[in-house]
Amino acid sequence: MADTVKLTIDGQEVVAPKGMNLIEAAKLVGIEVPHYCYHPKLSIAGNCRMCLVDVGLPKLGADRKPEIGPDGKPVIVFGPKLSIGCNTPVAEGMVVYTRNEKVTKAREGVMEFLLINHPLDCPICDQAGECRLQEFSVDYGKGQSRFVEEKVHKPKRTPLGPKITLDDERCILCSRCIRFMKEIAGQDCLGFVNRGSYSTLTCYPGNEPNTNYDLNIVDICPVGALTSNDFRFQQRVWFLKETKSICPNCATGCNTVLWSREGIVYRQTPRQNDAVNQCWMCDYGRLNYKFINDPRRLTTPWVKSAAVGERLSLTWPEAIHQVTDRLRDAKGIAVIGSARATTEELFLLKKLATASATVVPHTGEADNFLLHADRTPNMAGARLVGFSDGRPSGEFTALVVLGEEAIPSDVLAKLELLMVIDLLPTKATEAAHYVLPGVTFAEKRGTFINAKGRIQRLNPAIPPVGHAWPDWQILAALLKELGAGNYASIEDVFADMARTLPALAELNLSKITDLGIDLSHRFTQMNTDSSVDICVASVAKKP
Amino acid sequence: MIVQRPKLTWWERTYLPQILAGLWLTLKHIPRRKFTRQYPEEKPLLYGDYRGAPVLVKDADGRVKCVSCQLCEFVCPPKAIRITPGFRPENRFDANVEKEPKDFVIDMLRCIYCGMCEEVCPEEAIFLKNDFAITGYKREELQFHKEKLLELGGVHDDKIWKWKNK
Repeated sequence: MADTVKLTIDGQEVVAPKGMNLIEAAKLVGIEVPHYCYHPKLSIAGNCRMCLVDVGLPKLGADRKPEIGPDGKPVIVFGPKLSIGCNTPVAEGMVVYTRNEKVTKAREGVMEFLLINHPLDCPICDQAGECRLQEFSVDYGKGQSRFVEEKVHKPKRTPLGPKITLDDERCILCSRCIRFMKEIAGQDCLGFVNRGSYSTLTCYPGNEPNTNYDLNIVDICPVGALTSNDFRFQQRVWFLKETKSICPNCATGCNTVLWSREGIVYRQTPRQNDAVNQCWMCDYGRLNYKFINDPRRLTTPWVKSAAVGERLSLTWPEAIHQVTDRLRDAKGIAVIGSARATTEELFLLKKLATASATVVPHTGEADNFLLHADRTPNMAGARLVGFSDGRPSGEFTALVVLGEEAIPSDVLAKLELLMVIDLLPTKATEAAHYVLPGVTFAEKRGTFINAKGRIQRLNPAIPPVGHAWPDWQILAALLKELGAGNYASIEDVFADMARTLPALAELNLSKITDLGIDLSHRFTQMNTDSSVDICVASVAKKP
Repeated sequence: MIVQRPKLTWWERTYLPQILAGLWLTLKHIPRRKFTRQYPEEKPLLYGDYRGAPVLVKDADGRVKCVSCQLCEFVCPPKAIRITPGFRPENRFDANVEKEPKDFVIDMLRCIYCGMCEEVCPEEAIFLKNDFAITGYKREELQFHKEKLLELGGVHDDKIWKWKNK
């Protein structure tokens, strides 16, 4: 136990690793030390003074051993002043008080100073409801201001690049955003100008935040100084339901929270997962959620019918019945899957195929941080259940397409049946004989396997739009009608996958916790199997 | 429990004593002051804290006081209030307030006149006025939108001028 120290925080004994600061050590025993400027993933600035705690150390005698008092315990000497929790490392025998009178008085003082120039415009501030300043005002605020002078006025509604609006009056000068842009985003563009109460956060003209990670500073801003233009004035946070989800926009699979109200998703924010995305996500992924509530979403199954004009809407039983009839008549079925679909859906889709099962890769430029070159969230899952790249091949007259639109025209020409499951009207749905409306990642359960071979879980944030069905449910209904499987729930599908795929053996959906499970070792063990090369390759590249 | 039927005398069994007592009560009221009101023509006198229909107000400058913080929408027990937030135009006199409702709908069929919206409002923008007879021929007529609510509310004499120096 050489790497840990024992200390006492508020009377509770804590065993903490050496070098840990007091905020984190207190967190270990469930004590929250209020703070603004400290962020576990950034360097320590120690400028907000909110995390002041009362720290005492054992008094050392002449022999450098702790002196023992008359009660048989070491004599503790407290500092004349308080120490900041964020920059005080734990030490053996340390005694910390985070809630005594001295500390409370200090925090009340700090709060009063912070609120002197803070405009009390919570009714129009987007941060209201998730504002640290509001929260700690309730705990340590006075309830009334003693400040009778005029408040300092600073620039309001300043655009900070195309994605962010800055309100300098609300800024409490914690410098988290400055440190994030410098240390994580790699663009040293923000800074403070002027002195004292005139200190202002700003950027050099022409050097506005312009990276793919800018919007993270909106998340880490403890007050409403930095607001995202995308979410500004859209909805109050207290109406929004938080659903733990996974970003579907690249193979990194950042853990996210979807914020929705009454079937509409208003924003997507990162969720801490130190094995995947720490506390961050890229703006590309964050802002690409609008398709969920796109008014063009497909809502009912339909068949292309010459008899009644262009399209005839169907009920689900009709659609499933007609499609299976046609699939039975077909001389072979090929499938084109999407690596944007969940592993369960691809597994069921593969079961439909008698000819080839292919996926269409979507790639872009990687940025060596979170954005992966593979712009699909589940290519590893697609490979795992047996999908490969390439053109549809083999003997087939029916083609089932799940969420893709690129169908080679010569393939299209010889098809007798084209069935498409998709979200939005595409070239494929235009050409399709049958279109069955599926749902987005925000409306269904399922799993994605990211590029590093980590299996992660989706949760439904909103109910399916219109009459759409979750894609796995459509495929399960088709398989049932064809007599090729009976899956009543997504758990059944996963149980079948766990039985047939060694990489998923002995897993189930509840075992994949909110943070996912790393399966890379299972993939590497099977590295003779070329179907998982993408996972192996990216695991090998891991620094 | 068994209740014994009271034994009535012959005089009581004629029922005349009760009839006469009833007539006497009626006669006593004839010379007294009337306290019924001819309602639709004669309106009742309401006092300042009466809780009638909720309305939105403007301040003396003509600024819509509501900033669409949506606290009333949150607190409303029957969920009668629905707000669509929006921006104040950059070049208008009240641009410093930044936010105002694009639309503000109160479903008067749902409103229970509890007054919680008025109580929770941090901007003193919504008030329950004296109007209590809200009727209409169609459901849509009872969806009060922003324009109608502002028209009903008129101008409120603002004592604080919270946004003057912001």
